[in-house]
Amino acid sequence: MEKFEELRQKAKEEIAKITSLKMMGDIKAKFIGKNGEITALLRGMKDIPFEMRAAFGKKINDLKDEVSAFFAEKEETLKLAENADKMKKEAVDITLPGKKPQLGSLHPLNIVKNKIIDAFTGMGFEIFEGPEIDTDYYCFQALNIPKDHPARDMQDTFYISDNVLLRPHTSPGQVRTMENKKPPIKILSPGRVYRADDDASHSPMFHQIEGLVVDKGVSLCDLKGLLDEFVRIIFDKDTKTRFRPSYFPFTEPSVEVDVTCCKCGGKGCNLCKGTGWIEILGAGVVNKKVLEMSGIDSNVYSGLAFGLGIERITMIKYGISDIRTLFENNVAFLQQFNRR
Amino acid sequence: MKVPFSWLKDYVDIDCTAGELVAKLFSCGFEVEEVVQFGEKIDRIVTCKIVKIERHPNADKLSVCQVDAGAHGLLQIITAATNVFEGAIVPVALDGSTLYNGDKIKKGNLRGLPSCGMFCSGEELGITDDWYEGASVHGILIIKENVELGKDIKEVLGLNDIMFDINVTANRPDCQSILGIAREVAAVLDKPFKNPDFTYSVDKKVSTLDKVKIYDKAFDLCQRYKGHLVENIKIESSPLWMKRRLFLMGLRSINNIVDITNYVLLEIGQPMHAFDLNDLVDNTIVVRRAEKGEKITTLDEKEFELSENNLVICDAIKPVAIAGVMGGLNSEIKSSTKTVLFESAKFARDNVRKTARTLGQRTDASARYEKGVDYLSVENGMNRALHLIDELKCGTIACDEYDLIDAPIKEKVIETTYTKINGVLGIDVPKKTVKNILERLNFKVEDNGDEIKVSVPLYREDMESYPDIAEEVIREYGYDNIKPTLLATSAITNGGRNDAQQSAENLKNLLIGYGYLEMISYSFVAEKEFDLFGLDKAAKIRIKNPISEDLAVMRTLLFPSAVRIAANNLKRKNDSGRLFELAKTYENINVSAIGLPTETTHLAFVAFGENEDYFSVKGVVEGIVDTFCRGVDVKFVPAEEKFMHPTRSADVIVDGVKIGFVGQVNFEILSAYDVEKPIYGGEIDYKLLSERFNGKVVAKAVSKFPTVERDLAIIVDENCPYIDIINCIKTFGGKYLDRVMLFDVYQGGQVASGKKSMAFNLVFVSDERTLSVEEVDSAIKKILKNLKDKLNAELR
Repeated sequence: MEKFEELRQKAKEEIAKITSLKMMGDIKAKFIGKNGEITALLRGMKDIPFEMRAAFGKKINDLKDEVSAFFAEKEETLKLAENADKMKKEAVDITLPGKKPQLGSLHPLNIVKNKIIDAFTGMGFEIFEGPEIDTDYYCFQALNIPKDHPARDMQDTFYISDNVLLRPHTSPGQVRTMENKKPPIKILSPGRVYRADDDASHSPMFHQIEGLVVDKGVSLCDLKGLLDEFVRIIFDKDTKTRFRPSYFPFTEPSVEVDVTCCKCGGKGCNLCKGTGWIEILGAGVVNKKVLEMSGIDSNVYSGLAFGLGIERITMIKYGISDIRTLFENNVAFLQQFNRR
Repeated sequence: MKVPFSWLKDYVDIDCTAGELVAKLFSCGFEVEEVVQFGEKIDRIVTCKIVKIERHPNADKLSVCQVDAGAHGLLQIITAATNVFEGAIVPVALDGSTLYNGDKIKKGNLRGLPSCGMFCSGEELGITDDWYEGASVHGILIIKENVELGKDIKEVLGLNDIMFDINVTANRPDCQSILGIAREVAAVLDKPFKNPDFTYSVDKKVSTLDKVKIYDKAFDLCQRYKGHLVENIKIESSPLWMKRRLFLMGLRSINNIVDITNYVLLEIGQPMHAFDLNDLVDNTIVVRRAEKGEKITTLDEKEFELSENNLVICDAIKPVAIAGVMGGLNSEIKSSTKTVLFESAKFARDNVRKTARTLGQRTDASARYEKGVDYLSVENGMNRALHLIDELKCGTIACDEYDLIDAPIKEKVIETTYTKINGVLGIDVPKKTVKNILERLNFKVEDNGDEIKVSVPLYREDMESYPDIAEEVIREYGYDNIKPTLLATSAITNGGRNDAQQSAENLKNLLIGYGYLEMISYSFVAEKEFDLFGLDKAAKIRIKNPISEDLAVMRTLLFPSAVRIAANNLKRKNDSGRLFELAKTYENINVSAIGLPTETTHLAFVAFGENEDYFSVKGVVEGIVDTFCRGVDVKFVPAEEKFMHPTRSADVIVDGVKIGFVGQVNFEILSAYDVEKPIYGGEIDYKLLSERFNGKVVAKAVSKFPTVERDLAIIVDENCPYIDIINCIKTFGGKYLDRVMLFDVYQGGQVASGKKSMAFNLVFVSDERTLSVEEVDSAIKKILKNLKDKLNAELR
């Protein structure tokens, strides 16, 4: 019996001295391994009187369990220490730069285009993209701009031949839609347009979005409602619109639409030239002649149309002063737009 | 359109300020782009009397003047002018004053003597003889009136008018005149409009019809022609009030007759012409198309050769004016002119436009005619001109006139309903208000219940139907009254992008995820660039009127633009970058029935920088194919494009169809753009690609059974392409070969020269059971045998 206590004590002492997992293996073998001292006690069972064997055996097993538990406890402690040590050695300078995957970006013009599209598709608009090279008929005549109409001076058009040209606006999208679709019509027609103009605020190629609604009983009030909603989405919820009379051959009445300046909120600043208002688009009630030319009965249906320049809105939103910046495609410039 | 405030006040009693008027005009569709006060910069310039003049002791050319500037005291002014004299009243710019052009004047010292300011010339006050007689002389402006000393010179000279620069829209040619704007001002202020005086006295003995013959032989181009004779013309200088008005509008006074025609153009908006009747052969006027090759020398001494597209005014034998553009030198008003035939006409605007453009001769008259002149202004213009002759007492006016007209003048009448008018607006403007607004705008209105009959004044040729009336009503009633509604009566529609449009956005998002920035470049390129890339000349579309040679040809491929942009970035020290563009190409092929060429959407992308190589851009193509058309057969074969690197680029073949190319740009192209660092990239025909989109996912369960992995290192000939090896492994790997991955390629000491080692990791798995070692071994055996037989590959 004393031998049991002695062994228990001895094991405890030696376990306390263990400093590594490798050392633990050896000590463990010495006590509870196949040839260990405690295991040896079991082999001495045969010398024990039979009636005492059960009690003796239990004691040995208890001792073995107890010592095993000492080892397990020690092992746990050692593992913790060793992991801590290993991790300490793996120290890095956490302020060094990370391995950041470079994210690309949409072009700012298309970021704005998508915002505009999202605003209107939410209100039930579909998207139609027509050809960029189009005929005189679709670009002018069907929009109530006959040959030699003074309104042709409103845009300097690029010609491919006498009858084929680079569209100077996205308005042909109106005509093509009305020719192919019966009301109710709600479409947006975005895309590239071309005019012979090149300076800080004009580019020979730029982008427009044309909107068209044709249905029974639509009026200027609906135009106001649509555009109010639109500018609240594109700018902010406090943005207001102002209509003022204007002239476009394809709408009657025609209006220019101004919004409260997004920089000063209407108080007047350099962006709005002190007026508090910024002109952003042209709109109106579709001219009856345009409806009729496209095969829509103007006694039954009426239409609304609006057209806006994506460059202008992009420049206002991002504070860009020279339109040419948008077409240089400088990587350093474009990278600014990959944030959400 | 420039309009002086003072001139407007002749026709409307305006009791609001200039600022208030600007706001009113803005609300009814006439944006005032600029308000300028004439001479507004002039400051601290006053009248003074020269009391004494002495020679400057130190300078021969300077005089020392003592002046009395009234409240500003007695001052010493040194001048170099020689036209000053003791007792003269002149303008003096005091210390700290500003001249017409904005120049500041300060007290100074001239050759040792102080000068408290400077005497001013007419030019320094912005005026000429037309404004104040003597203002054009070289020297100091001498004031002839006996005025108070020390008085502001602007008051003395009347330099206080306000000029509005008004933007008139193309549908309102009737407002291209002081009169037209005045009519709008009267309407918007709800004040009576006073017409200019159109009356004149005539001499019953003088008859135009007796003395002159006028024929209109082209009513299609000249819808109305009036001719009126004036005899006993006295060519003189115009009165000051007329000269001042012309001066304000930027015109120089010539003589009374020429000035009257110019005055009427500004005031009434009617171009007028005056012929010296003595120069008209047979006292005859014929309005006709020119004969081909006919010549005329215009007033500005330029000779033009005409064609049958040009309308001319002729005498019995020759042209004496280009209709609506300019008169001929052969019949101009001279100091000796005694008899004048005044012309007031309505010429077709498109014909004047064409003539002015083809001849390159644009005048105030042609600019006015291009916008459109109406039947009424022909009459008003003539009457006003004759009234001015009468008022200026410079001629004897004939008692009759020619008035040739294409068809009887009929007032346009629009019959509609208040309901229709309000239907356009969406609000309910009261009938009484509608009627009142229309009457203010000189429409005659008769109504009966909902029905309304509107007679349109002759000068409103833009009015056609009820939406035009709605616009008149709302621009006066106020757009602020439009209440927003959201398509209350309209049917619900679904909206949104269709599948194809959504796919294009998805493709862009994939590239953005790959780190690519979207670029937008011009659709037109330089012909030089087109040729540099050796593109198909037959497909080339040229712009007839390009803005420059650099933007003259529609691109048939996006890649040249992309390479140019990459090169520009490199030149601007952006050392790395990834860019893409999804845009159209334009080819003169398969031209449609209405003459439109083929437009095809393409995807182009470029990459440059240390981390880029053939494989980084090829990976983009593989990524796109795997994302949008997984499972299609895609092959990379040596590229046909001459502008690509001959051994580091590939054509992309999908299901046997070439859809694009990818790789490194040829060095020749790089040198053309003056860059040395490599540029990689490619272009895909998006249409061909999108035809193979198969994005529908059917989920397949992952096998529950364990995988068996084997690594194979084989030695093959160094020229043996990877694709052949991988295809061989896949073909003979059996149905349980799930995936194969190349993980090492080695050439060097351990491998015989001319050979390479390639190591593959093979994974086998079955959906139904755990695979046995024997099954996998036999598959490997079969693979090795075929690699040996077909590619002479040995296990390493």
